[in-house]
Amino acid sequence: MSDVERGDAVHPGNPVTVDRYTPGARINHWITAACLVLLGISGLALFHPSLFFLTGLFGGGQATRAIHPWIGVVLFFSFSGLFIRFWKANLWKREDGTWMARLRDVLAGHEENLPESGKYNAGQKVVFWMMSVLIIVLIGSGLVTWDEYFSQYTTVTQQRIAVLIHSAAAVTILCVWIVHVYAAIWVRGTIPAMTRGRVSGGWAWRHHRKWLKELVTGK
Amino acid sequence: MFPPLPNPSVQAGESKFGEQDLVRRSASSVPPPARRLTPMAKLIDVTKCIGCKACQSACLEWNDLREEVGFNPGSYDNPTDLTPNSLTVMRFTEWVNPETKNLEWLIRKDGCMHCEDPGCLKACPAPGAIVQYSNGIVDFVHENCIGCGYCVKGCPFNIPRISKVDNKAYKCTLCSDRMAVGQGPACQKACPTQAIVFGTKDDMKKWADGRIKDLQSRGFKNAGLYDPPGVGGTHVMYVLHHADQPELYGGLPAAPRISPLVDLWKGLTKYTGLAVMGGFAVIGMLHHLVTGANKVSAEDEKHASDLTKSKA
Repeated sequence: MSDVERGDAVHPGNPVTVDRYTPGARINHWITAACLVLLGISGLALFHPSLFFLTGLFGGGQATRAIHPWIGVVLFFSFSGLFIRFWKANLWKREDGTWMARLRDVLAGHEENLPESGKYNAGQKVVFWMMSVLIIVLIGSGLVTWDEYFSQYTTVTQQRIAVLIHSAAAVTILCVWIVHVYAAIWVRGTIPAMTRGRVSGGWAWRHHRKWLKELVTGK
Repeated sequence: MFPPLPNPSVQAGESKFGEQDLVRRSASSVPPPARRLTPMAKLIDVTKCIGCKACQSACLEWNDLREEVGFNPGSYDNPTDLTPNSLTVMRFTEWVNPETKNLEWLIRKDGCMHCEDPGCLKACPAPGAIVQYSNGIVDFVHENCIGCGYCVKGCPFNIPRISKVDNKAYKCTLCSDRMAVGQGPACQKACPTQAIVFGTKDDMKKWADGRIKDLQSRGFKNAGLYDPPGVGGTHVMYVLHHADQPELYGGLPAAPRISPLVDLWKGLTKYTGLAVMGGFAVIGMLHHLVTGANKVSAEDEKHASDLTKSKA
């Protein structure tokens, strides 16, 4: 099954350019990204006293407490859009296991030792699925912790469990986010995929050769 | 009879305690206080309570609060639970004692216990929203409260309530404002049977001892003091006729302590969480320093160009 998504296309030339993300996908991504960053900042402010000063960015403690869950709701729906767009190309394939087993080569930048990747390599797929699962966990535990509207539907013990799960999941998702951002910075030529929507042919050849070949041969 | 506290002077005077007497401050630290105040306590003798609710009225009156007109749920509990306005409620339990076959009417005045080890304060993320004084008072400072409800999760007695009006947490203050001028709590002053007495914690324990001996001599062999050690003791204590079964009294917990879930959340998770996130960021930076950027080579571009040409 091909990994090619709607809007993906190759433009021959010198250099070759490859369309990777449609404007819709990019807008969808950056809304989600902005929400995740704001949630991270406001969440960390209430997570550790040494970071409480970050509430100042949202207009104080009361405002931070009030707005954090609403940003979470926006993120949930925004990420749902990304999920619908990207889930198919993120299905786990046989070569992904091989890629994972050679993580040492990945980190050393020896792409020549790795199996050819489709639109997403195994690392990106792990980020995608971890984000998907963690966002469901976070919205679920977050609703239970949302005192203003939902406290009357649960017991205090359930709320204690929820808040513990919420903070553990939040720490995990921020680690996943660090990996995601770092990978985009480390692998040069990646960021234009989400800003201008396209990458160079060389980038596609180096990192997602199977996807490039599928695009060129049109299957 | 317990000697009542004298009325206060009408002359303006110094407050008997203040900021300098803080021993704990939520999400922040305080310098060790120069002096230690005598620990105070309110003793609620459940065995003398007649359920008149004078304490509830006095609480609303002193704190200038109004409760909404509610409904009758089929018991004397009114309101049925603590609210942001009702900082204390009487919980009425009808219990048939299996030993005597007597119907016993157990009435407990519920409200903040002013724990020595306050779960609300430990859970609170807002600096200075919950404070503890060396006399034992645990107080909410509303200007610092952000309304998150973490205190509700931290409290082993399920006491704080979040107002839907101003989104701040409310609970009994042990009448910290009255104590500041040498008075006891309003509920204690209003109690017609001295079921509520107030004084130093040592005096209250001594007074309770006398009461317990009296109860035991009259057949309540399990009469005892409720001053749960799991929360380091409390500054609101009960004399119970059945101290071996505190749950009888409207669900008073037998062995309250800060939930291990709260300890885990506010302990391990908080510190390892920050460390793990910091670790990921540092590893990323080190990795970039060691391996350098992963760049697309001219060769890669040529391969791509050849590939597209071959198929064009």
